[in-house]
Amino acid sequence: MTTERIHLATVRSKPWLSRVTLWRAARGILKHVVMLAFVVLMLYPLVWMVVSSLRPNNEIFTNAGIIPDHFQWSNYTNGWVALTTPFGRYLINSAVIVIGAILGNLFACTLAAYAFARLEFRFKRVAFTIMLLTIMLPFQVTLVPQYIMFSWVHLLNTVWPLILPKILGTDSFFIFLMVQFIRGIPKELDEAARIDGCGHPRIFLRVIVPLMTPALATTTIFTFIWMWNEFFAPIVYLTQPQNFTVQLALGQFIDSQTGGNWGQLFAMSVVSLIPIFLGFVIGQRFLIRGIATTGIK
Amino acid sequence: MSVFEELRSTRKSAATGKRENKAAFWFLLPWLLGLLLITAGPMIASLVLSFTNYNLLQAPSFIGGHNYVRMFQDPRLLNSLRVTFTYVFVSVPIQLVVALVAAIVLDKGMRALPFYRSVFYLPSLLGSSVAVAILWRQVFGQSGLFNQLLGKVGFHDLPGWISDPHWALGTIILLNVWTFGAPMIIFLAGLRQIPTMYYEAAAIDGAGRWTQLWKVTLPLLSPIFFFNVLLQLIGAFQSFTQAFIVSGGTGGPSDSTMFYSLYLYQQGFAQFNMGYASAMAWLLFIIIAALSGVTFLTSKYWVFYDN
Repeated sequence: MTTERIHLATVRSKPWLSRVTLWRAARGILKHVVMLAFVVLMLYPLVWMVVSSLRPNNEIFTNAGIIPDHFQWSNYTNGWVALTTPFGRYLINSAVIVIGAILGNLFACTLAAYAFARLEFRFKRVAFTIMLLTIMLPFQVTLVPQYIMFSWVHLLNTVWPLILPKILGTDSFFIFLMVQFIRGIPKELDEAARIDGCGHPRIFLRVIVPLMTPALATTTIFTFIWMWNEFFAPIVYLTQPQNFTVQLALGQFIDSQTGGNWGQLFAMSVVSLIPIFLGFVIGQRFLIRGIATTGIK
Repeated sequence: MSVFEELRSTRKSAATGKRENKAAFWFLLPWLLGLLLITAGPMIASLVLSFTNYNLLQAPSFIGGHNYVRMFQDPRLLNSLRVTFTYVFVSVPIQLVVALVAAIVLDKGMRALPFYRSVFYLPSLLGSSVAVAILWRQVFGQSGLFNQLLGKVGFHDLPGWISDPHWALGTIILLNVWTFGAPMIIFLAGLRQIPTMYYEAAAIDGAGRWTQLWKVTLPLLSPIFFFNVLLQLIGAFQSFTQAFIVSGGTGGPSDSTMFYSLYLYQQGFAQFNMGYASAMAWLLFIIIAALSGVTFLTSKYWVFYDN
């Protein structure tokens, strides 16, 4: 089955030959029809939510179509201020946590990855194995004592319980990703820098870090999306509405809308998805490469 | 190379080079602190707490193995285990098979492949968000989108899927299947690593496409499949957000979406039974470790390694 392009070429050059080739071309088209059907199936609910976020409430439960017919922007303006705090506050809260987590991961994971990829030290195998095993550790196992610890030092309802673990390199996935990446950088570059008199801090900063920007981009984009969506840790640590992240605010929105102001709820849901969607569009290359090279989720 | 393969083959560090203990210590310092303060310390603390009764206000009191005994007499906990196991063992296999089929179809031989890959990948980024869970709540509600669409093709008197104890879990399973894009990308990366000469050799020996799939592609993909099984298994056991939002935090209707993590959350952070929640966390850990272990041990029978 070389490629369908070749079949099409054959169809064009020898049209008299081609019952079989025509059939193959038709099968190619059929394949696209099937694929497009799946595309519609997968995306229909999402598109419908976006369209419905501009519809009046009663329409949402009667109109299954995805052709925009109403443009009730008040869902957005009213939804924005429907909770005790304007939605902008939750976006800022989420942004602060996400940026802190990204910086934390970039800081701790690059340092640790450099040590694992380039340095020889005692207990390296043990440490590396432990690092890999922590990737698989369910975070519930450490949650209760962490919560108690953060409550002792009066850091509940701050961003620290969410950011500090990142600054201390507990997202081992990214360490692993970076180790893989650094191993691909020729060691001759380190050697050249060493001959020029650079110690490890300089080799790290001047040689390795500039060369590992793709891995840094992958880490940034994944941390961004995962932290933006994070729900369990924030719901445990953030209990005061003015500290809520976007996800918590949406959760509260449902509770406060038992009668169901679905237009507004959908509008704010769409707002909460826009950053991820933009991240996906901009960072797709790094996302896919990151998954492909390490098999991270 | 995946995490798992790395673990299989953790290389003996070449002891030839000189040791750089001091530099390594400074580079690893943040990670070491994290390991001690955020991971290992709390792990031990939660093991200790699991043998106590602790509500944050009074000092923990030692009660021996009572929490563990209580777990096996707690019908809600046993139910949450049943729900979680059902979820894991139904949704993970379906999701992985869909991901595998999608990857094989989207590997080559078609135009616009990058477009299809992106579209199929997108839901796995959105799937864990509250917004999508909210969407699911509406779509599978009594008069939600799903029933509206079914109504158009003549089905009426349909249940409210998320409010019916028989179906609620199914909607969350469907949501997880919908996010097959991430494992699909991993499979695609694996497919690309299979040397084309294997297919050429198989073709010369007269193997058709179907035989090539079964005799070349699938065996060579089995390490990736194994890795995906492990990854999805561990992730699925910890599922929380979707059940929380779809059920409004209750695990309802009639505890049919009471995931283990959700029950743990309720015990620990709604009722502040910290001791009991710690015991639950350790049981979860043991279950996940045991299942991973079984997957590892059986892997030599069904995972094919090329080296």
